[in-house]
Amino acid sequence: MSLWPELELVLPEVSKPARYIGGEGGMATPEHHPSKVAWLLAYPDTYEIGLPNQGLQILYEILNERDDSVAERAYAPWVDMEAEMRAGGLPLFSVDTHRRAGDFDVLAFNLSAELVYTNLLNCIDLAGAPVRAEHRADDDLLIGAGGHCTYNPEPLADFVDFFVLGDGEEVVSEITEAVWDWKRSGKKSRQSVLRALAAIEGVYVPSLYDVAYDGPALVSITPRYADVPAVVEKRTVADLAAWPYPKQQLVPLTEVVHDRLNVEVFRGCTRGCRFCQAGMITRPVRERPAEQVRTMVADGLARSGYDEVALTSLSTADFSGIEEVVSATMDCGAGEVSVSLPSLRVDAFTVGLAAQIQRARRTGLTFAPEAGSWRMRQVINKLIDERDLYGAVESAFSQGWRRMKLYFLTGLPTETDVDTLAIGELARNCVELGRAHTKNPSVTVSLGGFVPKPFTPFQWFGQNTVSELQRKVFLLRDDIKRNRGVQMKWHDPKASLVEGIASRGDRRIGRVIEEVWRQGGTFQEWSEHFDYDRWTQAMAKHGLSVDWYVHRHRTEDEVLPWDHISAGLHKDFLWQDWRDALNEVGLEDCRWTPCYDCGACTGYSIEHIVASAVPPAGGSQGTGQVPTGYQPPEEVSVQLSGIGARSST
Amino acid sequence: MNPNQAPRTRIRLRYGKSGRIRFTSHRDVARIWERSLRRTGLPVAQTEGFSPRAKLHFGLALATGYESDAEYLDVDFKCGEMAVEEVLKSLVDVLPDGIEATGGAVLAPGAMSLQQAVTICDWDIELLDVAAGDLAQWVDQVLGAATLMVTRERKGQKITDDLAPQVRALEVGEPTSRGVRLLATLGTQPRAARPSELLAAQEPVHRPVLIRRTRQWIEQDGARLEPLMVGAAPVQHTLVGVQ
Ligand code: SF4
Repeated sequence: MSLWPELELVLPEVSKPARYIGGEGGMATPEHHPSKVAWLLAYPDTYEIGLPNQGLQILYEILNERDDSVAERAYAPWVDMEAEMRAGGLPLFSVDTHRRAGDFDVLAFNLSAELVYTNLLNCIDLAGAPVRAEHRADDDLLIGAGGHCTYNPEPLADFVDFFVLGDGEEVVSEITEAVWDWKRSGKKSRQSVLRALAAIEGVYVPSLYDVAYDGPALVSITPRYADVPAVVEKRTVADLAAWPYPKQQLVPLTEVVHDRLNVEVFRGCTRGCRFCQAGMITRPVRERPAEQVRTMVADGLARSGYDEVALTSLSTADFSGIEEVVSATMDCGAGEVSVSLPSLRVDAFTVGLAAQIQRARRTGLTFAPEAGSWRMRQVINKLIDERDLYGAVESAFSQGWRRMKLYFLTGLPTETDVDTLAIGELARNCVELGRAHTKNPSVTVSLGGFVPKPFTPFQWFGQNTVSELQRKVFLLRDDIKRNRGVQMKWHDPKASLVEGIASRGDRRIGRVIEEVWRQGGTFQEWSEHFDYDRWTQAMAKHGLSVDWYVHRHRTEDEVLPWDHISAGLHKDFLWQDWRDALNEVGLEDCRWTPCYDCGACTGYSIEHIVASAVPPAGGSQGTGQVPTGYQPPEEVSVQLSGIGARSST
Repeated sequence: MNPNQAPRTRIRLRYGKSGRIRFTSHRDVARIWERSLRRTGLPVAQTEGFSPRAKLHFGLALATGYESDAEYLDVDFKCGEMAVEEVLKSLVDVLPDGIEATGGAVLAPGAMSLQQAVTICDWDIELLDVAAGDLAQWVDQVLGAATLMVTRERKGQKITDDLAPQVRALEVGEPTSRGVRLLATLGTQPRAARPSELLAAQEPVHRPVLIRRTRQWIEQDGARLEPLMVGAAPVQHTLVGVQ
């Protein structure tokens, strides 16, 4: 059953062979049985990027806890391993028991970035299933996908049998039951299982919908049968406290990104940054009870042996009672525990947590103002006051940091060169603040090209062209060059363009993805493998206009490719927010102010679960999430000494 | 208190590495040890500085993909006394499958580091692409050669060494279930010779399927000592569950 004897002979020939061995702490030892539905949960990128994915780990645990299902994991093999596998006739395999993908019933992908779409096709092909859903036989693998990218599933509609929208904790069991009915019947009818899946709330089966076009314009996406929903609603777990997962976070044997204990403290964000898809589609805010966070941290540290904990969410400083949770965390474990707070808001850094920081791990510190001018920040609703940013930077320098990173987006709606140059001004001011504390302060500006995303107020905005983004990048680079303390890094505008094609593309983009994959275009999110020309040539070959898909402003009455998908948000709310953006009007956080009925709670009869009735100290608004670009931003890492720490004398 | 004056106990541990975990790197194994020791809750001494780490001193690196019965590391504990049995016992449940602590000894103060002290290693090399008779001939050629020049790359520079003085012993071993076995003893000073270099040093070049380090030795006054046996008295020596 296991492919290990064959893999063992191949692994000495490939780079980083530990990517393929599994054996993590917390790994399940699933017992396959004909009466159980077998899931292969796949992440279409390398092991070190995919292993930490919390969504995948949560489903892995839930499925292995059930009596009627088992789950294992697979990751995209790197190009050298793929070559060995294809040469040796080895299929995609699980890392847990090294079972071939074809021995499973479902191959389900987590999709968190558009540039991995060609890897998804490659994994399906390596698994031995036909890449196009229409070519699959009745008993072929069922191909599923979940994750943030599935809010516009259309570019992958030809390849994926079913998509899952929203939180997976509950729906994964309902899907298992539908798949079991199919398996029990000897997998006789694929149509019947697809119809059963489409009946589950939160599940979208693209092959059951007809798409109509009028020239380049999309006219409609309509269900073929009366029992298939016209609009597929996302799933939302009402209370995070009911799902304390992962209980056994996987502890890898080899180095991965985010290699530490990760505890999700809340889901959802209502700061309302207009560029941020993650914030919009995960509403409302559902906090985990502080007591449960403490237990998960303490248990997790004890069983993993990690000395670092990340309290994760889209904006962790907004968690009610964050300071208490951080101080409880530093009391955990035998020695010193460092706490990472991804997406730390600048105001909270000065007023809130700074007081607790005694011994900082002086590596990197990252703030995300996102835009250089106050006007621009009003447009994107990232209402960070410059004084708050300077205050945070000042206290960081005064506590001994010498370097920090500032994240910005360029190519935002209404952006002018004045806004772009304001980024340089901010960075220079930060360096100046640093000079009072250190001889060589250094500020790195990290600039990403803005890619409009579905279910945000900016979904109607025409993305900047590659040359326009490049011009802005160089404008800022030349402006910054004169200052010794300011460095600059930027995301490749060409990669932003390809991301833009997939982000708001319709079903026709599937041909382009397939074309690029057939030409060997995998690992497109890795700069050494990214091939811009392949994408633009594939667009041209299939008669599709980059300009029409990426750079064109959409109109209010246009049918969008994701109109038959619902994240709860009312389209007229998003449109109003888009008009407000153009008028530079901000919108408050509904967590602490009255509801403006965006639809995320009202539509599903759920509510925010937030322990604190007032916003955290600091007052101004802002989240630290950069939705574009491939590399996750480096995080604020704050080390706190535990009980019995070294004395300083 | 000055940490330099704090009581310290240094314990040398022997461990094995086998199965799928053999594909982890030396660096990965170091991280596995750090996490595992933290899980035991034992008072492991920490380095000073902004990001303190456990004070662990590893011996010769084992190439990624090799197995071993005889890996060593020295661990500093921040206490005057520490029982080897207790350390070994608390490691049983925290080490991952494939890494097993098989022995330990308290080191005398001033004992030489593993990297300096170990002089030779025994290797067990499994080959599938050669018959036992041909391998015996190959062994005779290697042992008969005046020099065995091998070229390696270091920082972009090609370096050529003579491997011959490093080959201390070489013979054909008992066959395995799927192939033949080559047993080698290779020197480690000033630079540890690798089994892969040995296999490439003489035509025809053989491709191993499995390489296992079976022993490390410290040569002292003509005698061979296992690294747990060195050091001045008192030395505790405990062996548990050697397989
Ligand atoms: S429905 Fe109301 S309370 Fe809920 S997220 Fe939308 S605006 Fe906020």
